[in-house]
Parts: sequence; structure tokens; C-alpha cells
Amino acid sequence: MTLMKSLLGAAAAVALTAGAASAEPALVFDLGGKFDKSFNESAYNGAKRWADETGGTFREIELQSDAQREQALRRFAESGANPIVMAGFAFATALGEVAGDYPDTKFAIIDMVVDAPNVRSVVFNEHEGSYLVGMLAAQASESGTVSFVGGMDIPLIRRFACGYAQGAKAVNPDINVVSNMTGTTPTAWNDPVKGSELTKAQISQGSDVVFAAAGGTGVGVLQTAADEGILSIGVDSNQNYLHPGKVLTSMMKRVDNAVYDALTAGADLETGFNVMGLSNEGVGYAIDENNASLISAEMTEAVEAAKVKIVSGEIAVHDYMSDETCPALTF
Amino acid sequence: MESLTILLEVFNSSLRLATPLLLACLAGLFSERAGIFDIGLEGKMLAAAFFSAAIAAVTGSVWIGLLAGIGASLALAGIHGLASITFRGDQLISGVAINFLAAGLTVLIAQSWFQQGGRTPSLGDGARFGPLGSQIFIYVALMTVPASWWVLFRTRFGLRLRAVGENPAAVDTAGVNVVRLRFAAVAICGVLCGIAGAYLSTALQAGFVKDMTAGRGFIALAALIFAKWRPWHALGACFLFGFLQAISLRPDLIEAVIGFKVQVQLLDALPYILTVVILAGFVGSAIPPRAGGAPYVKER
Repeated sequence: MTLMKSLLGAAAAVALTAGAASAEPALVFDLGGKFDKSFNESAYNGAKRWADETGGTFREIELQSDAQREQALRRFAESGANPIVMAGFAFATALGEVAGDYPDTKFAIIDMVVDAPNVRSVVFNEHEGSYLVGMLAAQASESGTVSFVGGMDIPLIRRFACGYAQGAKAVNPDINVVSNMTGTTPTAWNDPVKGSELTKAQISQGSDVVFAAAGGTGVGVLQTAADEGILSIGVDSNQNYLHPGKVLTSMMKRVDNAVYDALTAGADLETGFNVMGLSNEGVGYAIDENNASLISAEMTEAVEAAKVKIVSGEIAVHDYMSDETCPALTF
Repeated sequence: MESLTILLEVFNSSLRLATPLLLACLAGLFSERAGIFDIGLEGKMLAAAFFSAAIAAVTGSVWIGLLAGIGASLALAGIHGLASITFRGDQLISGVAINFLAAGLTVLIAQSWFQQGGRTPSLGDGARFGPLGSQIFIYVALMTVPASWWVLFRTRFGLRLRAVGENPAAVDTAGVNVVRLRFAAVAICGVLCGIAGAYLSTALQAGFVKDMTAGRGFIALAALIFAKWRPWHALGACFLFGFLQAISLRPDLIEAVIGFKVQVQLLDALPYILTVVILAGFVGSAIPPRAGGAPYVKER
């Protein structure tokens, strides 16, 4: 056993010296897979954009199970990859274990904070993006009621809801914001049937724009909204194409920008906190040919004006996660 | 007038949510009445949900999709039957295995066919059941209740099926093939789970999302115990559970009716709480079929 260990150790040392010459960056995708039309694909697009622009190459791996997280990070670190970017909060534990063992390698984790000297923790100001789509929702609403469907009831999702409600109320102080969470267990991310029923219940309460921040559950929300003839708002990536002309906009988390920035910085990656907000194009709303007819010039104007004010600090969007309260919505 | 519309909406929502539960519950009823415990309802529904959506997406025909869904569910039922009837394995373990198999396999195949992170593409018009088709599912589920009652309590097949679940040795002595009867029950279970799964992905939804059954197979099992393995009571139990799910969507209504705020989480947990109460024997005792869970070994 000990012989085996020392043999393996020797092999690893050889691999380490052999790989150290090529400091390619590496990208680790989470379980959804590279082409998941969402989070991971967004990360991939960022890396691809970097590769196309600089002519560089990057290494990548799609995980097949939770158990591979630490293994994948170690393999990349030992082969000399630098920086190593991972998409998803689920890497936090594995990275916490690994980061200390490779002090010369830079890591970047998206959507989570890992406190280590060689880690960049990228977090997004979802409340700011949600504020903007809340404004769009309130302007598009004719009934005076807009609604929100969250996935699992966790502070992060309440942050979306709270920003959304604040944005809607900034446009129309009398607007009624209906908010529902799908559940309290991880199944809430993948229950489109319940998402549909929640949407129908919200429609019967008068809602005519619904914002879904609910993972796979959101697929059901957008579908039902399209079937029932109301507008919906997608999340994370640009989901406007799912139902052209029926999705008002999408609240985008620019994971691609986060990955692009990390790869551009290369081995000189600045570690510590990296907040992606409106000021650095970290969050935003999507406009493309699928929803251009739904968004009028004055709507864009109002939202762009608010965006400038948020960046300058004139409008402060309350962050639910800062004190677990929301001035615009009761949970 | 307004309250009537609201009442109707909650009723409709209850029916929609109760339908998959009812189909899965009756599926479990047939299987368990024949002495085969089946905690793989969830997995069979999930596999059916995936294959009906995937085949409908590929062929463009929702009916071929429905058949594929039933076929997938039947195949898993066949595995369960093979493991627990032919090879006399543990029925609970086989059921758990089927749940895991379905959860993994659906995402794996979805990823390799469609590359959309374990989803199927959105189904277009011909590839999904419209509003009318969705209603037909509800009527089918409701009609399955008297049909099950009639088959189980008014036909020779039903009598034998129930007897196999109570005392297979006696049935065997009478010259009836126990193994064949149990396989028939498991197959009926597979067909009903298949319809339930297809309803989820091609009628209520327009496509498959990973793990989209979201525990409905387990709620159906709870309903089965709640109904004490009787078809008409299963209807009542499933409708009650569907109703609880439907009103948990409208916390504002509950507050308006009873005057104070009830946590949604409590309503979500109620089906399970009620089942525990029943199991604890507060409302009569729930006695499962006597030979349930035990593989039948012919005496030599």
C-alpha cells in the first residue's frame, strides 16, 4: 500500500514538472454539462470568446458525478493549468480542500465565496438585474399586477424576488407583486408541473407578467405563460428564444463575462472578491429579435436611466441577502 | 360570482394535480394487491415522462410518444417483476433500483439525444396534447377508478389477484398460476404509470425536464396507504392530496378564508403528516395485503 502510494506520488511529481511548462487555463463545468442552454453553456461561451480573440487554448472537463469535483481540480492543478475556473457554487467544498495544496495556482469560482489567498470568488448582483426587469415588467403590465415564481426558497432566490419587486414599484408604486416559491427542497428546481400551476394561480390573481427564477421549474412557467397569453421573463441566460414574442426579456447573469475576464487575466488573476454588477456588465436584461417588438423605446429609456443611476449610486437597490429583509415584498 | 370562479379554479387545479397521483396510486394498488410492493412508481413515471416527450419530439406525433412512454414504463415494470417474482429478490430494493435507474438513464439519454442539459426540446403543436387532450387524461384517470373496482372486486381475475396478495399458497393449490397473475398485476401497474408519466410531460407540460416527477410517485404511495388499498378511497385520497397542493399555490386565499397566514411548507407536508397519522392507527388501522413483500416459493 505504502509502496503504491509513493509510486503514485512519484508519478504525480513527474506529471507536475512535465505540465508546468504549459500554463493553459482550465475550465470545469458543473453537472448540467457544457451545452445545457444555461449556466454552463454561458461559461463555455465566455471561454470560447477568449480563445477566438486571443488564439489561445484552454482545457476543459465536463463532470459526470459529484465525486469527480476534487479529482478534476487536482488533475488540472498538477498538470500546471493556470488559472482554473469552475462554474457553479457546488465546487466550494472541493475547492476549499484543494486550494491550499496548490498555492501557486490561481482558481476562480463562480457564484460562491471561498476564502483562500489564491481564489477569486465571483458573485453577481442579481438584485440589480432583477430591478431592471421588474421595471420592464411593470411598464409592460396592463393589469397592474406582476408576479414572481422562485425555485427553492433560499436567500439567493429571495434576492431576485426582492430586486424585482423594488423595480416594479419604482415604476408604479401601486403595483401588486405576487410572489410564490416552488418549494423548500431541491426538487423545487425541477418541478415544471408545479411551476405551471403556480403561474395559472398567479394569472387568476390578475398577473400579466411573470418572472421565473426557478431552474427547470421555470421551463413550465414560461410554457404556461405563453399558452395562457401573458408575458414571462427568463433568467440566467437569454431565454427569449424559447417562446418568441411571448418572453418579455431575460435577466441575464453574464457568467460568460466572468469566465472571459478570468481567462484574460491569466496567471495574473486578481484574487479575492469579484462582484459582477451593472457597472461591469455582470448582470443585465436581454434584448434580441425575439422580444424587440415587446419593448418600446420609452421602456428602454427608463431602464437605461435607472441603470446609470444604480451604477452611480443614486438608486440603491436593497439586497435581501445583506439583512434578510425586503422593503418591497413580504415573504 | 367572483368566489365561484376562484372555487372553480382551485377545483380545476386540484383535478390537474390529482390526475397523475391517481393513476400512479391505482397502478400501485394493482401491484400491491397482488403482493408486489412497488416503490418504483416514481421511476416508472419518470421514464414514461421522458420517453413520451422524447419520442414525440423525434417523431412529431404525441400518440407514438404516449405508446413509447407506456412501453418504457412496462419495461421497467418487467425488470421489477423479473427481480422480485422470478428471482425472488427483495421488492423494496428492486423498487429503489428502478428509481435510481430511471433518474440517471433519462438524463443520460436526453443529453446524448438533444444536448440540452438533460431536457427534451419544447414540443410543438402536434407533439403535445392540447387543452382537450389534457382533459381526456383527467377523465381516463377518473374512469380508471370504477374500472379498477370492477376488475378487482367483480371479476374472477380480480378475485384471484387479491387472493395472490393474501395467500398465494391457497391460490396455487387451486391450480392457478401465481407467477403469471403477479406478472399481470405488475404489467397493469406499468401501463398506468406510463399514462401518468406521459400526462406530466406531454399534456401538463411541453417537454421533459430532469426529475420532473418531483416525488409524485411517493405521494401516490402515501395516498395508497391512506386509502388502505381500496380504489374508491384512492380517488378520495388523491383528490385530497391534489387539493392540498392546489391551495398551497394560493396562500392569499387561505389567509382570506381563515384569517391568518399558514406556512406553505406546512401544506406541502400535510399529505405525509396525514399518512403518518393513518399508519399510526389513529383512523382505523391500515393493513397491507398479507403476502405483500414476500416472494412466493412453491412448496415441494
